[in-house]
Amino acid sequence: MAKVIDFKYDKPTWCPGCGDYTVLAAMQQACVGLGLEPEQVCCVSGIGCAGKIAQHFGGYGFHSLHGRSIPTATGIKLANQELVVIAAGGDGDGYGIGLGHSLHAMRRNIDITYIVMDNHIYGLTTGKLSPNSQKGFKTKTSPKGSAEDPIRPVEMAIVTGSSFVAQAFSGNVKQMVSIFEQGIKHKGFSLINVFSPCVTFNKVNTYDWFKEHIVNMDEDESFDPTNRMDALRRVHEVESVCTGVIYREERPAFHETMLGASETAGVHLDLDLAEEEMQSLIDQFRR
Amino acid sequence: MQFCLDTAGTYYLRNSIVRGVHMNKQLTWKVGGAQGEGIDSTGEILATTLNRIGYYIFAYRHFMSLIKGGHTNYKIRISSEPVRYHGDDLQVLVAFDQLSINENLREMNADGVIIYDDKFQAELPEGSAVRLCPVPLTGIAKELGNVIIKNMVAAGASCRLLNLELQPFFEVVEEKFGSKGKDLIERNIKAIQQGYDYMKEHFADEMFQLPTAPQVDRPHLLMTGNEAVGLGALLAGCRFLAAYPITPATEILYWLLENMPNYGGKIVQAEDEIAACIMAIGANYAGVRAMTSTSGPGFSLMMEALGLAGISETPLVIVDVMRGGPSTGLPTKTEQSDINQATYGSHGEMPRIVLAPTTIEECFYYMIDAFNLAERYQCPVIVTSDLYLGMSKQSVDDLDMSRVVIDRGAVVTQEELDQRGQKTYPRYAVTESGISPRPFPGMPHGRFCALSNEHDDTGLEIEDTDGRVAQMDKRFRKLDTFNGGEHVSYKGPEQPDVVLVGFGSTTAQIAEAFAELSSTYSIGHLQIGCVYPFPTEAVRKILAHTKQIFVIENNKTGQLAQMLQQNVGMVDKVEAILKYNGNPFTVRDITTTVRG
Ligand SMILES: Cc1ncc(C[n+]2csc(CCOP(=O)(O)OP(=O)(O)O)c2C)c(N)n1
Ligand code: SF4
Repeated sequence: MAKVIDFKYDKPTWCPGCGDYTVLAAMQQACVGLGLEPEQVCCVSGIGCAGKIAQHFGGYGFHSLHGRSIPTATGIKLANQELVVIAAGGDGDGYGIGLGHSLHAMRRNIDITYIVMDNHIYGLTTGKLSPNSQKGFKTKTSPKGSAEDPIRPVEMAIVTGSSFVAQAFSGNVKQMVSIFEQGIKHKGFSLINVFSPCVTFNKVNTYDWFKEHIVNMDEDESFDPTNRMDALRRVHEVESVCTGVIYREERPAFHETMLGASETAGVHLDLDLAEEEMQSLIDQFRR
Repeated sequence: MQFCLDTAGTYYLRNSIVRGVHMNKQLTWKVGGAQGEGIDSTGEILATTLNRIGYYIFAYRHFMSLIKGGHTNYKIRISSEPVRYHGDDLQVLVAFDQLSINENLREMNADGVIIYDDKFQAELPEGSAVRLCPVPLTGIAKELGNVIIKNMVAAGASCRLLNLELQPFFEVVEEKFGSKGKDLIERNIKAIQQGYDYMKEHFADEMFQLPTAPQVDRPHLLMTGNEAVGLGALLAGCRFLAAYPITPATEILYWLLENMPNYGGKIVQAEDEIAACIMAIGANYAGVRAMTSTSGPGFSLMMEALGLAGISETPLVIVDVMRGGPSTGLPTKTEQSDINQATYGSHGEMPRIVLAPTTIEECFYYMIDAFNLAERYQCPVIVTSDLYLGMSKQSVDDLDMSRVVIDRGAVVTQEELDQRGQKTYPRYAVTESGISPRPFPGMPHGRFCALSNEHDDTGLEIEDTDGRVAQMDKRFRKLDTFNGGEHVSYKGPEQPDVVLVGFGSTTAQIAEAFAELSSTYSIGHLQIGCVYPFPTEAVRKILAHTKQIFVIENNKTGQLAQMLQQNVGMVDKVEAILKYNGNPFTVRDITTTVRG
């Protein structure tokens, strides 16, 4: 049985207090909790402070391009469905430059878990506006306050077809671990948006701010996360500032229904074809 | 010095016009009309039948980026010997409208014959000796109850004009429409028969005599370059394709969709080419041979991903079926203008290989090479085909299965990993050859992080100067043993005065020009199948004593000529023959320029 230390690699370089530390810790704990071995898990990240997570996760890693963790993770999962694939990155990565990929992965229901460390700002590029920044938010690139409305990831994911949608908070590790475990276990696309404060550049959406505003849906026994309309209504009521499993449904994953779906993972296929097989492929053209 | 050809010349007449039966070593036939009129299916039925009875054919489709209207045509060159080009001239034109006559007359021989639909009054410029055969293509089709089968009437009329037997046509029709019911088959057969009879009755003395068809016990392979790419990829062990539809590359996607799933392969129609290329990178990293196929606009979108494959040392195969650029450019016309992008594209510097298959057969063989090279050197391999090669159909004698060899390069075994027994594996270890073995995710003790940042041996990002230089040098060392010279072919004397140089799809026209010019010049033909790393040694050896070098390429700026000058020198001896009007070269384009 693997231990948390087996899922660690080198020391992260985030600012002290950065929300991303507990996200990494929760990922490691969730993997241990699920009885996974490091080699079974592949963490794929984009570029940004959050994106560095793949380097420090003790499983296999792919620290890909800005906004491209999802297509990278898609290729990996379809090549070897036996792997547990976790994509991860910042809000700019997933909802700015990479938004298109996020939506398509949701509707395809690729069996990966996508953890977005949402700090409402671009951290690595030193405090620039993010598509998740609140209206009026002042940054170096929005000196007079943002004139744009923010993306609402949870609602977007529900209507786009993500079959598991949850939100967590770096300040509540216990709940985050539980959500990660559920998300990883879930078959299909899991979007887990994590409020992960940037202590250096975002002086508005701080730990205290989130603590003050967050509504924890997991604690609401009347809430039914399998009811799509209900989920949308409740998220809307709290202006998306909530945590917990918001929506889930059972749907076959893409690798099970796509053309060429097979029990054998691509990586285990025998590539050498028998001579007669090759000949019959060639002979197709004798038409 | 560079000069360009203007092919928009006037058609010209030959002095001696022979009426009656013409004896031909080979023959060129074309059908033209509006898009959506069944032009392709007319061409296909003829091409398939001729190939089946033993002829070698080469078929070229000229089409437009619209669904209905415009002008489209399908040309077939028929020969008793292998052909790889659709020919400069035209002997038979089947015209569904006047536009088809206007568009194609300049290509026609003086002894040419035009079969046209008598629902319009065909007009020829004064003095044209081309003969006209009005046939009620639409009329007969209408009588048979369906206008669309005028294409079969046209096929029947052509059959008679070429003095061919009807039976093989009927057989092809039966197979083609077999699943659609007896009724449809009978109607099509009647249409062919009546087109044939009408020609026989009204234009009995118009006939072209083809050479005897070679005896074959089974038909030649009849394939496009795109199909050859698909087949090559599959036999090379490719089991993942992500692509976004684009002319002229889509048929690669079609062919693999039909065939790869039978072998456990997976195909994704990605949301765009950025995703397509990166999905292929992800699959390759996970241990599955994977590729993406595209054309210029999509290839442009892949530039950042190219760098990702380069620095993360992930094997990757990209097929770029080039078309007229820039931007959306000429989506349905051929061009060879992406080799600069293939060679230099993407920011930063990385090793890569750019192969340019020169024939439809090579489209097959080069795909096998591409996958082996990508894994051997752990770098992107770009295969640049083009519309002309990709969409033209050719009779191919056979493909050599013994050349299908799968070499997965340096992959670390589980035993080796177990023996090390460490948590992480130095995937990017700085080795002497530059190549470091790779584990696949899922293998215990093989953990590493692939990444787009500069990194140390396990995949931690670094910015220190020594580490950076060591990794850059390591990556570039990988190609030290690669020899692009294996993809260079030369024909001609040892020390030619003049050499015709081309890359990719221009082979056939250059070869025919070379054959024609050989009697008067000391001339050679050099065709380059690998443009990067440039096969400098091989090329320099051939060109060492040459006085004049003509570089023939389908682009405006002479990209190959510039590469040649940059790598081999000989600046003052190089002249570029360029064509970028969307059409492939004619043999005449080349011979007239060389003759000066
Ligand atoms: C194509 C491209 N454009 C821009 C950048 C520069 N860049 C790096 S990270 C980043 C934004 C990071 O913000 P986010 O994704 O929210 O992650 P965070 O740093 O906040 O964790 C940008 C714009 C890049 N690396 N690549
Ligand atoms: S800048 Fe912000 S997001 Fe980046 S490491 Fe520091 S606190 Fe975290």
